[in-house]
Amino acid sequence: MLTCKEVSKLVSESLDRDLPFRQRMAVQVHLMMCSMCRTYQKQTLQLRDAMRTCARREPSEPLSKDARQRIKNALKTAGK
Amino acid sequence: MSDQYVADLEAWVDEHGDALFSYALSRLRNPASAEDVVQETFLAAIRSSDGYFGKSSPRTWLIGILKHKIVDLIRKESREQPAQEIETMEEPEELFFDRKGHWRIKPVDWQVHPGKILEQKEFMDVLLQCLEHLPDRLHRLFVLRELEEMDTEEICKDLEITSTNLWVMLYRARMRLRGCLTENWFGGEPC
Repeated sequence: MLTCKEVSKLVSESLDRDLPFRQRMAVQVHLMMCSMCRTYQKQTLQLRDAMRTCARREPSEPLSKDARQRIKNALKTAGK
Repeated sequence: MSDQYVADLEAWVDEHGDALFSYALSRLRNPASAEDVVQETFLAAIRSSDGYFGKSSPRTWLIGILKHKIVDLIRKESREQPAQEIETMEEPEELFFDRKGHWRIKPVDWQVHPGKILEQKEFMDVLLQCLEHLPDRLHRLFVLRELEEMDTEEICKDLEITSTNLWVMLYRARMRLRGCLTENWFGGEPC
């Protein structure tokens, strides 16, 4: 019987690889019986969703005026 | 190289600069590094022999170049700070479980309404702050895996780590992030 600690690690791993059949089954059995690990599993999936949304979010940080000018100058020099 | 192309690129600095900078900053944390990769991106764009011929939107094209620059930089930083043995790294999971492997503090249901919360700027800001607080190595790895959605094998090769280390480190990053989010957004105990 897997402990919650072991399950938490395997649930995370299942986001990065396909678990071997027996491990997958053992995790399923544990999850059926343990609401805390089910909540944890839900959180890891929500975290992944949140990261992916975050990756595509609209620009929120302006490029400074100085940096803008520096880049334009670099382009002018490189274009010569 | 035509003067027109240089002028187009300069206009793109104004048009797409914020988008590129935000993208880089969320992945690199450091504003100076983010500005550098944005500059390198434009310089690479000006040097690319075929240039931009309307293959995709200019922003998509520039972001594509930027992604490579970011991954290159992350790889370089990772080489400069060689990985310690995994055994010597601190283990956040020890905080979350007792000696028998039971949860010390019950994970709280976040009661998230899917989609809704993700639209909130405040939530994303907290998430990014939590991400920023990850230790360097976990941060680099997590960015490649969850923001860039890179393949795990590719990450192992790039950062010269074993897949076992990769799984452990991603696990630790996730444990920390869910702790940070619970504490700072969902207002629960830091678990």
